Amino acid sequence: MIRRTRLLAVSAVLAVGALVMAGCGGGGSSGGGSNQGVTGRGPITYVAGKDNNNINRPTINKWNAAHPDQKVTFKEQSDQADQQHDDLVQHFQAKDANYDVVSVDVIWTAEFAAKGWLQPLKDSFAADTSKFLPATVKTATYNNTLYALPYASDGGLLFYRKDLVKTPPKTWDEMMGMCSIAKKNNMDCYAGQFAKYEGLTVNAAEAINTAGGKIVGDDGKTPEVNSPEATKGLGRLADAYKSGNIPKQAITYQEEQGRQSFEAGKLLFLRNWPYVFSLATTDASSKVKDKFGIAPLPGDSGPGASSLGGHDAAISAFSAHKATAIDFLKFWTSEETGRYFATQGSLAPVLSSLYDDPTLIKKLPYLPTLKTSITNAVPRPVTPFYPAVTKAVEDNAYAAMKGDKPVQQALNDMQNAIKAAAS
Amino acid sequence: MSATPEAGTGEAAPEQTTTPPRRGRPELTAARNRLGLYLITPTIVVLLVVIGYPVFRAVLMSFQNDAGLDPQTGLFVSGGFAGFKNYTHWLLQRCGGVSCPPGTLGSQFWPAMSATIFFTVASVVIEVVLGMWMALVMSRAFKGRGLLRASVLVPWSIPTAVTAKLWFFIFAFAGIANSLLHTKILWTGSQWPARFAVVVADVWKTTPFIALLILAGLQIIPEEVYEAAKVDGATKWQRFTRITLPLVRPALLVAVLFRTLDVLRIFDLPYILTGGSNGTTTLSILVVNQIRQGFNSAAALSTITFVFIFLVAFVFVKVLGANVVKTQQSQQKGAR
Repeated sequence: MIRRTRLLAVSAVLAVGALVMAGCGGGGSSGGGSNQGVTGRGPITYVAGKDNNNINRPTINKWNAAHPDQKVTFKEQSDQADQQHDDLVQHFQAKDANYDVVSVDVIWTAEFAAKGWLQPLKDSFAADTSKFLPATVKTATYNNTLYALPYASDGGLLFYRKDLVKTPPKTWDEMMGMCSIAKKNNMDCYAGQFAKYEGLTVNAAEAINTAGGKIVGDDGKTPEVNSPEATKGLGRLADAYKSGNIPKQAITYQEEQGRQSFEAGKLLFLRNWPYVFSLATTDASSKVKDKFGIAPLPGDSGPGASSLGGHDAAISAFSAHKATAIDFLKFWTSEETGRYFATQGSLAPVLSSLYDDPTLIKKLPYLPTLKTSITNAVPRPVTPFYPAVTKAVEDNAYAAMKGDKPVQQALNDMQNAIKAAAS
Repeated sequence: MSATPEAGTGEAAPEQTTTPPRRGRPELTAARNRLGLYLITPTIVVLLVVIGYPVFRAVLMSFQNDAGLDPQTGLFVSGGFAGFKNYTHWLLQRCGGVSCPPGTLGSQFWPAMSATIFFTVASVVIEVVLGMWMALVMSRAFKGRGLLRASVLVPWSIPTAVTAKLWFFIFAFAGIANSLLHTKILWTGSQWPARFAVVVADVWKTTPFIALLILAGLQIIPEEVYEAAKVDGATKWQRFTRITLPLVRPALLVAVLFRTLDVLRIFDLPYILTGGSNGTTTLSILVVNQIRQGFNSAAALSTITFVFIFLVAFVFVKVLGANVVKTQQSQQKGAR
């Protein structure tokens, strides 16, 4: 009896051990050297976030039909940006050869490039970037090297009630002057994204850059936010919040809350992304269907500097089939694919030619305004320490807006925190 | 434990079947101990792999520097040995050579510690008071008691992420809370309203859990004690403080221990309800935020959190005398 039980016990240990080993997962091996020539053709995997508009799969199917021996599999991540980032980090850290082409948010490209996870697109991997909008190429460049190709962009737009405001304001002061119209109609005047999250960095960067300031210098590391221009820019937001031109509850607004307030007719001016256009026009609950217009963000002399959003596509340094990957990348960023993404997925194109295409403009009337926005866009700091930099900006901009500390001190602290981040 | 026939010994069995193992034959005891060892080994192996190795690895990582940037190549290079630098970063607020400026994660350590302790004390105190009251109500016999006991668990059974989103909508500026109270409070926009919102959501979710743990403890108290007290003329309050409280103390301590350790680790509720802004960042939220900026520093922070929580648990067990195993055994015995 004891012998039989001992046998059972030993097999139980082995079985559990086997289960645990299996659970450890098959870690991909083979770190491909990033200086090899373009070799390796075969099936690859494309990794991107949730395909809400169902544009990735049809495009991939088109590629697969034309390249039956270099099929692309689509690995769909969650639709939360943070989880997409962490998933990519996990696989890159494990040097997984299964992730060949990845979609990266523009703010992650520098971080991944600096960690050596992305294949530099130079020498044999060089790609022609002349057709892209220059601002979008800047997001894919780190340390003077191209590491990815942009395939979707995004810029901030000003949504305004054209039934109440005949011409959109061209400067911030003009917009604040129009707040009396909002008061008269019992509405809030202006809102953007001011909750303490990445959206606040976007809005604060827009305010600072529009006023002529910079968050970091051209090297991507040295903070230059402690300037009179930045004080002027951030001060505009803080003053508007104090005076009530930005409603108190806007300090909790992300993109959706602002859009809902605008669609309910409670907001006169809204800073948001182009996706709001189709929702405000087609939502059943939208009270502003044909009453709103779009304009570039108000600036000082000329359009305001919007923050650049969007996604780049990059090749993993550990991919085993880089030749296929680079061809797929060029296909993914081609004019035909860009046109499909724009019409089907409302993704802002990255190719300048598409912005002048009359058929596209008919389908997406905001395209010319968006082109102005993106042409004048300033990317958020292109730094491998982006998580720490955005935290420094968020925390201090939030405190400045709420009036917890004076704008000058907030910018001082922002400067010191960004310096500490890069150390 | 029922006695099993000792197969494999081959000898006649003169002893009765109710002989306690202690006085059995030494070979049998040794054999039984070996059997016990074999049966436990798989569990120990799994625990070592799943719990022991990560903790050990994290402590090792906490003594390494996070990767730094090589200025010439622009690429990250490994940071090398750090000594206690990661720990002084958190505990003494050293960011490079300066005190951590606002806007860095290091500067949020002590605020996070105080927020975590505040949530723990506030939530546990309120939950114990409300839970005790609910348990007292549920321990009486009345029609529909079974239904009440089942339905009271509904908040506990809803996933925390869903609960957090529900309360997020309730506490939104245009939400129900402001409508019912006729106020215009920015619940998630300022410190004390945000903390209040988190405590309310947490109390709503876990009071049933405490109530049921206390209820289990109340069931053991025999009715005769109460009757004797009534005969002796004790008032309700005296019966409560002199009989109920002392006798339910073991179960109460276990419930408080579980809840305290839970709230010290809380992450999902404040993260989803307020995003950790306005003084609701807890230690766990800080660790997760730090992971995105540097693993090794996050390992140091999570080791600090681990040691802190371990000390709290130690105090509970050694000083206050919470004994989980004994309480469970006595509850099982009392239930038969």
